[in-house]
Amino acid sequence: MIHIEDVSKSFGAFQVLDRCTTAVARGDVVVVCGPSGSGKSTLIKTVNGLEPFQRGEITVDGVSVGHPKTNLPKLRARLGMVFQTFELFPHLSVRQNLTVGQVKVLGRGLEEATVRGLAYLDRVGLLAQQDKYPGQLSGGQQQRVAIARALAMDPIAMLFDEPTSALDPEMINEVLDVMVGLAQDGMTMMIVTHEMGFARKVATRVAFMDHGRIVEDSPRDLFFDAPRSERARAFLAKIFR
Amino acid sequence: MAYPFDFSSLDRRNLEILGEGMALSLEITGVAVVIGIGWGTLLATMRLSSRRPLRWLAAGYVNLFRAIPLVMVLLWFFLVVPRLLQRTLHLPADTDLRLVSALVAFSLFEAAYYSEIIRAGIQAVPKGQLAASLALGMTYGQSMRLVILPQALRHMLPLLLTQAIVLFQDTSLVYVSALADFFGQAYGIGERDGRIVELLLFAGATYLVMCVIASRMVQRLARRVGR
Repeated sequence: MIHIEDVSKSFGAFQVLDRCTTAVARGDVVVVCGPSGSGKSTLIKTVNGLEPFQRGEITVDGVSVGHPKTNLPKLRARLGMVFQTFELFPHLSVRQNLTVGQVKVLGRGLEEATVRGLAYLDRVGLLAQQDKYPGQLSGGQQQRVAIARALAMDPIAMLFDEPTSALDPEMINEVLDVMVGLAQDGMTMMIVTHEMGFARKVATRVAFMDHGRIVEDSPRDLFFDAPRSERARAFLAKIFR
Repeated sequence: MAYPFDFSSLDRRNLEILGEGMALSLEITGVAVVIGIGWGTLLATMRLSSRRPLRWLAAGYVNLFRAIPLVMVLLWFFLVVPRLLQRTLHLPADTDLRLVSALVAFSLFEAAYYSEIIRAGIQAVPKGQLAASLALGMTYGQSMRLVILPQALRHMLPLLLTQAIVLFQDTSLVYVSALADFFGQAYGIGERDGRIVELLLFAGATYLVMCVIASRMVQRLARRVGR
């Protein structure tokens, strides 16, 4: 569904992405991991065109992301994205956060949008919070609302950019539980995360990045049991100390 | 010897005239605030645009109006614009365009100041908000309208209102065109009755009281918005 082909990006002399190639098939859960500054977040943001890239090609469901004629808003509406810092809209209530995209982008009626939005809010266990504003919720709750907001758009795939990195430790699991549920339902997902326990549980494949390169791209068990690259071995050794 | 103050000119008839003048001052303020914020918002988004000609155009406009004294802008509009309008629209020679040109001048002038306040407000909204709205499939325009600007204007509301208070005081400059605003009426009555000092004291006190009350209200609002 998502094909990343030989993608490179640089800021001046600094190579952020260096000939990255990987793919996410329908129903796949691909975890992208690696040390800070390795280009993981940049890579996932190229998938929905939030980060431009200079070389290579990315296609989502057959549509080329980098092509100048591509209708990016239309493409992005089909991909859900969840950010490290939640990015709920603070001036809108939880319910309005869930409906604004459906109404303004997809053209759904407010009633239909509300029904759908609240169904997903219920699914992340926060139906009772629908009238609150984001500032009144904990970080974990905000991130669950952000996931519900993305799901309400009926995306063909979900992108997660370090969804638990900004959370207090006791809130990480409530967010990961929602993501595990999505994976079990067969949602196609690309996830940048440091949560290796989570990756081990739900990933179908793991891509390991270092210095802008995808150093290793293997099925989950192979990655955790027999990593081929020295860098991945060192990384895993540090995490599973 | 003490100055023999005589406030007898402030009789009912004259207070009514002053009231009409105040209505005009408030009308000019209100129109200039509304149009100034609208046009200023557009200018602010132009200055933050990725298109260079738009940025230059808006920056030129803002810098031009901020570099010229308001009273000169007003005079220019009084002297030049009415004639231009009259000639292009073929209006009868006796049409009074003073008020219209004052409204236009204040609106265009204030827009330059408002745009700078609003630009700062837009820049204070975290970058992730734009990314999140784009990721939902919104166009850049929708992101601005639905997500960025509402937050920017809310944060900047106290500053925008403070600017409106300054503008209210500045409307007294329309006296250069003999428009009968509050200040102009006070001056006129004072001159006619030989009681300029009293009338100007009264006018000054009125501006003072109104602006102090308005500032207090803005401060209270700012505390509420800041929470």
